[in-house]
Formats: sequence, structure tokens, C-alpha cells
Amino acid sequence: MTGKLMNPRSGGLLALAAFIVAVPFLLPNEFYFDVAVRAGINAIVCVGLNLLIGYAGQISLGHAGFLGLGAYTSAILTANYGWHPLAAMALGATLVGVLAFAVARPILRLKGHYLAMATLGLGIIISIVVNNEADVTGGPDGMMVPPLVVFGFEVYGEKIWYWLVGAGLLVSVWLALNIIFSPVGRALRSVHGSEVAAEVSGIDTARYKVMVFVISAILASAAGSFAAHYSGFITPSDVSFFKSIELVTMVVLGGMASIFGAVVGAVILTILPELLTWFSEYEHMIFGLILMLTMIFMPKGLIPTLSVKMRIQGGARVEGKQS
Amino acid sequence: MSLLRVENLSKEFGGVHAIADLNFTFNVGTIHSIIGPNGAGKTTLFNLISGIYTPTTGRVFLEDRDAHGLAPFELAAMGLSRTFQNLQIFFNMTALENVMVGLHMRLDSRFWPALLRIGGIGKKEQEAREQAAELMRFVGLEAYLDTDADAMPFGALKRLEIARALASEPKIILLDEPAAGLNTTETEEIDELIRKISETGVTVVLVEHDMRLVMGVSDHILVLDNGRKLGEGTATDIQSDPNVIQAYLGAGHLGNGDADD
Repeated sequence: MTGKLMNPRSGGLLALAAFIVAVPFLLPNEFYFDVAVRAGINAIVCVGLNLLIGYAGQISLGHAGFLGLGAYTSAILTANYGWHPLAAMALGATLVGVLAFAVARPILRLKGHYLAMATLGLGIIISIVVNNEADVTGGPDGMMVPPLVVFGFEVYGEKIWYWLVGAGLLVSVWLALNIIFSPVGRALRSVHGSEVAAEVSGIDTARYKVMVFVISAILASAAGSFAAHYSGFITPSDVSFFKSIELVTMVVLGGMASIFGAVVGAVILTILPELLTWFSEYEHMIFGLILMLTMIFMPKGLIPTLSVKMRIQGGARVEGKQS
Repeated sequence: MSLLRVENLSKEFGGVHAIADLNFTFNVGTIHSIIGPNGAGKTTLFNLISGIYTPTTGRVFLEDRDAHGLAPFELAAMGLSRTFQNLQIFFNMTALENVMVGLHMRLDSRFWPALLRIGGIGKKEQEAREQAAELMRFVGLEAYLDTDADAMPFGALKRLEIARALASEPKIILLDEPAAGLNTTETEEIDELIRKISETGVTVVLVEHDMRLVMGVSDHILVLDNGRKLGEGTATDIQSDPNVIQAYLGAGHLGNGDADD
């Protein structure tokens, strides 16, 4: 039993569940719940994005675009066409999955800067579309989004949303951990380590890159739908290029190839702007600075760096390089 | 049936004939070596056989099946495996995980069972770990099982690549300079390992500059020069082939077995 608790998969999952349950007791009022909900939504995106960036080693600077497509599909279908929110969310995720699948093969043939540029372009195209199609999206002014309905109940209020997003995050992390601790996850990491060695080991690297790109896009889309219903209002700036950079910064700060790192990064960088409200005009600058400093002083990110430190001090061995 | 057959194979890089009109046949269960001076086209030939390059003209046949246009992972499924001259290690993993990647084709890599963790993945992973550990013992790396690959010495990484290449249970394994950069003792251990691999029934193809190793271990040697076949045969044949002596080895080098390129 202790062995099971100590292994990073079930032990980490239990720790996250305990954390999600414990946090509400520490939050004095609705405002903090609001921050927690937004942190949780960002964390869901980052868990998927980390599979792509941290594990498979493929960069994306366009994930806010996928998030935006999910958010706007939900918003448009529920507000203008009276769809059930969950059906709209599912269709959004499907559309995003199909789009990601269609663009993945040509895009993921690119490497490094070129891949970054291509995904950046994709994100910007989506952002331009939602800006300009004012008839359906409300353009730069944004649009209202009806509340989420689950089992006939309207989800309303920060506290209810907290539990919903918490459950969503827990499921996302569970699924991500399942993938990582399987031959599929190892294949993803091998693509990062050496693509040519992965190929000669019998791994269809293109297939795995497409797979992880689609998974991360779908998670971003679902989180986007959540975000739209939660805030009740959505604007193109919520899904702009800066949002993509913010997401990548969360993954890099928390830790590449660390599922829990992605969660920690998302939480820290969602809370930070709230602590530095008087700095809000410089928010993008601060994010850029954090990204740079992390790359220089802690290239593996917070959680992997800390876990190595703890391993050295405690003299304990952790099986595998996953964390 | 030949295991590996190459017919009229050519590869051009912008007018340079890296491999020109090459023909040869390798049979099952033997140790073959490909030698030649730097730039003779040995590594290009490995890249053509393993599907990393596509030939300009000509064909490669694996067990008489045309391998033209197949991706490296498809050739791996047909029983071809290889190592790299400039190491291609997964430095983001432990040594054991590196070998487990080599087991990939024999494991369940379907997406949905992995995502939902059904079908006994945990148990199968444990078995895979044991198989990988067994292979690491086979190549003499039992001391490095849980070591991160980026913390291993060069000589051990060379063996790690061999263990990973063996994990896919290949019929034929291409070893690209397994002894390069190793000292005399380590080279002797590699020599021993190559014989051990051959004894398990795997056909070994070796590209190597260390002539003592090549002449000692090979059943059959192919000599390349400027992308063309200069000669082939047993070690004795090669050492007495006037073309080979004149063009590559130079008189007097063979007897004392020094590496020289």
C-alpha cells in the first residue's frame, strides 16, 4: 500500500485530490474562489499542453486559438442557437480535434522555430477570425455566454464552479498520467529524446506527434468552453496570442515533462497577477521575464528541479524520470 | 533466401555519388562487416538500408521483400534494427526506459487502453521492465538499470544502444562503429558482445574502423571506396585482395592490425 502511495501516479493523484479538497477551507471569500477556478481552468489546458511540449518536445504557440474555438463554439451555439451547453462543448471539442488532426501532419513536420512560427500563425488566424466575424462573435466587444447546465441544474457561483473545475482537473491529470505511464507515453518521450532513434525502434513518430497535438487541443477546447460559461462573457483578447504565451510560460515555469508541474505553474501564474494588481500594465512584461529567468536558471522548471533537490537531500530514489 | 540484398543502389547528394551502383547479398546468421576509408559511404549505406534515406536509384530487399519507400519504423517491424555512430540516446529517460522503447513494437501501444488504463497495462509494463533488465544484463549494463541516461559514461551508452536495438528482437542488426571512441579493453568486450549476439541467431552487420576487431570477428567483409564496391569476401580474401590493399589499406598495414583511416 505504501508502495502504491509512493509511486508518482497514484500517490500524486491522491495528493492533488487532497489539495483540491483542502483549498476551500483556506479561501476566505468568493474572490479567492474565482482565482482558484481560473487557475484550475488554466491548469487543465497546461496538463494537455505539457504532454505536447514537455513530454513529446513539440512547441505550440497557438493553443489559445484552440481554447478560443472551444469557448466561442460554446458561446455561439448556446447563446444564439439555444443548444444545450454540454452538447455545444462536445461539438466544440470535436471540431477542434478535427482541425488539430488536419493541420497536425503538415505542421508537425516542422521543427524548432519553424514549428513555433506555424503554430503561432494558426493561433493568430483564429484570433483574427473571432475579431472580425462580429456578426456571430460580437467582434472585439465580445459576447455574453449563458450559464452551464449540468443534469438540469444551472451551474452558478464560484463555489460550485470550484468543485466542477476541480473534478475536471483531476480527471485530466488522471488521463494524462495514464498515458505517460504506458508504452504510448514512453513513445511520446522518445520522440522528444531522439526522433530518429524512436523511428528505428519501430515507433511511428508522426502518428504520436499528431496524437498528442490532438489531445492537447481537445483539452484546451474543453477548458475554453468551461471558461466561457464560467465568466459569462468572452472577448477575443481572452484567446489572443498573449494567452498562448501565458500558457507556455505556465508549462515552462512549472516544469517540462511534469504533469504536476503544469498544475503548479498554472496556479502560480494565475495567482501572481492578482497579487501584483498595481503592475497590471506590465503583466505581459512580467510573464516574459519569468519565462526568460526560468529558461536561464531553471530550464527543467520548478517541480523537476525541486524534486531533484529533494532526492539528493533525502537520498531517496524515485523510479523513472517522470514526475 | 537472402536476408539482405542490395541491387544497383545509388544515392546522390547534389551531384556527389555517396553510393554508386552497389550490389551485394548478406545471408542469415553470419557477421558481416562493411569497411572503407572515411567518406566511402558506409554510414550512407546504413541510412539507406534502414530507411532514413531514400535511394536515388536501386532497391533494398529484406528477406526478398522490396523495402523501397518504407519508413524506418516499418523496416523495424520487418526485423531490421540499428545503432548510430553519433549516439542517439533518449537522454530524457533512464537507461532501462531507453531499452523499453526498443520493446515498443512488442507492447500494447493502443491509445484507448492506455488512456483509460485497462487491459492490464500495469502488469505488462512490469514484465517489460524485467525483459529490458534482462537485455541490459546481456550487454553487461546491469549496474546502470535505474541510472538516468544522461549520467552514464560513453562506453556504457554504446552498449545501451545495442541493448535497445536488440529489444525489438531483430533478424538483422546494423552496428555503426560500436567500438569508436572505446579503449582496448572496451573494444575487446564489444568484440565478445558481437559474437554473443551472433550466437543468438541475429545477423550482424558492422561498420567499423578498428581493423583488429573487423578481421577477427567477421565471416564476410564488404569493402567500399567512393561509394563503390572495392571487394568482398572473408578476412583472408580481403587481406590478399590487391585492389583493397592498394586503394585502401596500404601494404603492410594488415598484418599488425592497426586501425587506420
